[in-house]
Amino acid sequence: MNKFWIIMSHTYMSRVKSKSFVISTVITLLFIVGLANFQSIIEIFADESDDRIAVMDESNELLEPFSRQVEASGESVEMVSFDGTEEEAKDMVQEGEFDALMTLTLNDEEMPEATYYANSISGNGNQTMLEMQLQQLKVAMATQQSGIDAETLAAIQAPAAFQTVALDEGSRTEEELSQARGIVYIMLFLLYMAVIVYGQMIATDVATEKSSRVMEILVSSAPPVTHMFAKIMGVAMLGLTQVVLFVGVGYALIASKQDELTGGFFEVFGIQDTSISIYIFAIVFFILGYFLYATMAAMLGSLVSRVEDVQQLLMPMIFLILIAFFIAMFGIGVPDSTFVTISSYIPFFTPMVMFLRVGMLDIPAWEVALSIGILIGTIVVLGLIGARVYKGGVLMYGKSSSLKDFRKAMALSKKDK
Amino acid sequence: MTLLLENVTKRFGKHTAVNHLSLKIPEKEMFGFLGGNGAGKTTTFRMILGLLDATEGSITWNGEPINYDKSHVIGYLPEERGLYPKLTVKEQLIYLGKLRGMNKNDVLTELDSWLERFKVPEYLNKKVEELSKGNQQKIQFISAVIHKPELLILDEPFSGLDPINVEMLKEAVVDLKEQGTSIVFSSHQMDHVEEMCKHLCILHKGSPVVQGSLREVKESFGKKNLVVHAAFPLEFLRDYRGVVSYKKTTEGCELQIENEEVSQEIFAALQGKGFIRKFDLEEPSLNDIFIEKVGASYE
Repeated sequence: MNKFWIIMSHTYMSRVKSKSFVISTVITLLFIVGLANFQSIIEIFADESDDRIAVMDESNELLEPFSRQVEASGESVEMVSFDGTEEEAKDMVQEGEFDALMTLTLNDEEMPEATYYANSISGNGNQTMLEMQLQQLKVAMATQQSGIDAETLAAIQAPAAFQTVALDEGSRTEEELSQARGIVYIMLFLLYMAVIVYGQMIATDVATEKSSRVMEILVSSAPPVTHMFAKIMGVAMLGLTQVVLFVGVGYALIASKQDELTGGFFEVFGIQDTSISIYIFAIVFFILGYFLYATMAAMLGSLVSRVEDVQQLLMPMIFLILIAFFIAMFGIGVPDSTFVTISSYIPFFTPMVMFLRVGMLDIPAWEVALSIGILIGTIVVLGLIGARVYKGGVLMYGKSSSLKDFRKAMALSKKDK
Repeated sequence: MTLLLENVTKRFGKHTAVNHLSLKIPEKEMFGFLGGNGAGKTTTFRMILGLLDATEGSITWNGEPINYDKSHVIGYLPEERGLYPKLTVKEQLIYLGKLRGMNKNDVLTELDSWLERFKVPEYLNKKVEELSKGNQQKIQFISAVIHKPELLILDEPFSGLDPINVEMLKEAVVDLKEQGTSIVFSSHQMDHVEEMCKHLCILHKGSPVVQGSLREVKESFGKKNLVVHAAFPLEFLRDYRGVVSYKKTTEGCELQIENEEVSQEIFAALQGKGFIRKFDLEEPSLNDIFIEKVGASYE
């Protein structure tokens, strides 16, 4: 146990002090700070003056109600009546005097029509907004023509009342679902990132120790299994440090900007008041998922003898986590499909997919227990195999990295009795 | 406190790396382990350290099997040298020393005295990758002995060092032996083993071909070397009875003879033929024994 601590703290300390860790952490922190201040940053770069749009009103009656409507919508667009010819107006748009030109006409049915000219019609929301406003104007004119008064119109336009009620007791309400969805999203991304980043770190660490040949001294002083798990834990601690740092800074920022952000991003993701159990499940599945993939990464890392080969050997593992990720992303839409149910029992997908089901559906406890059981069983088996491969793998130096090596490593550590 | 290998065999699939090796390595002695490339030396060391399990047979230190509980009394210098390139000598040794059951202060005290001894105290805070290969090897050696092991295993400790550093390291090894460390070391260089080891074993393709004390090995080998420098042709000695091999040198010849008696017959035969500048009967060198024992099966 003592050696476990020594190796773990060494793994942790040497990583924490490394330049790459400090730099990547600082960059991520800057990113978080940037994200929290997104609104302000956008405002800095946003055009301060209103967009000016030249309007040629051939009907002579549309411009007035139209600009009133646009103004009421609160968009920062200024409608300017233009008296010259269309050609002059187009020239002025090209010279940048106006941002766009809009001609308003009445067609045969006395309904408004418009043509919008701008230097480029890509993206920018102005034309969509103008189109919508014109549509409204048209509706208003049409109803007026058919003699419907404003009150009736409002009644027509009011959305129909539509409520959803789940009959199953304990089933998620719409509100709970949206909250769960938010947590599931966050958990999926975190687990995905953690496996890719920290799994890579473990495998690289092991391969580095092998390629520098310091491994032989290490495994002669401490059992390879202790070494492997101490390494996994050391990197886990590192991850924890990073996450605590990120969450801490993020929380501090949010707390300081409480007013600006309420009702925004966080309401969408539903992280305001959710039941505590989903957080517990998130932590449990996260930890189990980390151990599953970390064990695999350590085992794979022990098979290569050059750091350059790590990537190649990690590919299958990255594919697994990618597949899990996509199943989970797909499953958010249809959490109760058979496909999702089945894959939630496959241990490599369980941490993501089962968590998704727990969050989104009302799952009997035994199902969750069963999948966690399978997952823990797999981790233990993988740990045992990993430890043996690791023991053999760290003594094995060769250029290739294949299934053959896997078997060779197993044989090297085998007791022939 | 003896290291005992009993009938140890290691097979990798169909390949037998070590074949029925039995050794008794006495306490506080230096034991030389010789063998060509791929003879099974490193495999034997790895089995002694418990990194590999023997297919058959047992290995005990002081009557008990060797496992990780004993790692603090065992020191190991692997053949493939390796340290963390990015760590400083100090960080490195603290980590490795702790893994061998030391505490930080002891490591630092010991490390200072070792660096002093190897005349490189300025390396304490240097990264290993900045050191030359020879100096890295000194650091590696320190990492093997810093915890004052009872049993020290050195796999090719002197390879790749210049003569001055070889002497420095040799002295250190001898001192450790004087202080009561049992040392097993392997080498390709016969003269080191001849000079330092009381007991030895020559391994060939996994099997011990010669083993025992240096004296016994030499005596049981029987053959002697005879160097003759004379002012007349010595060609006739080539086919002389009892001469095993004949090698012409610039000043005369070097003979390998079956036993001491043959030398006396040759001595008599040379009488009256002319001026003899040198007639020298020598012990066979370990090199001769190695070449004969190992080389024989190459043919």
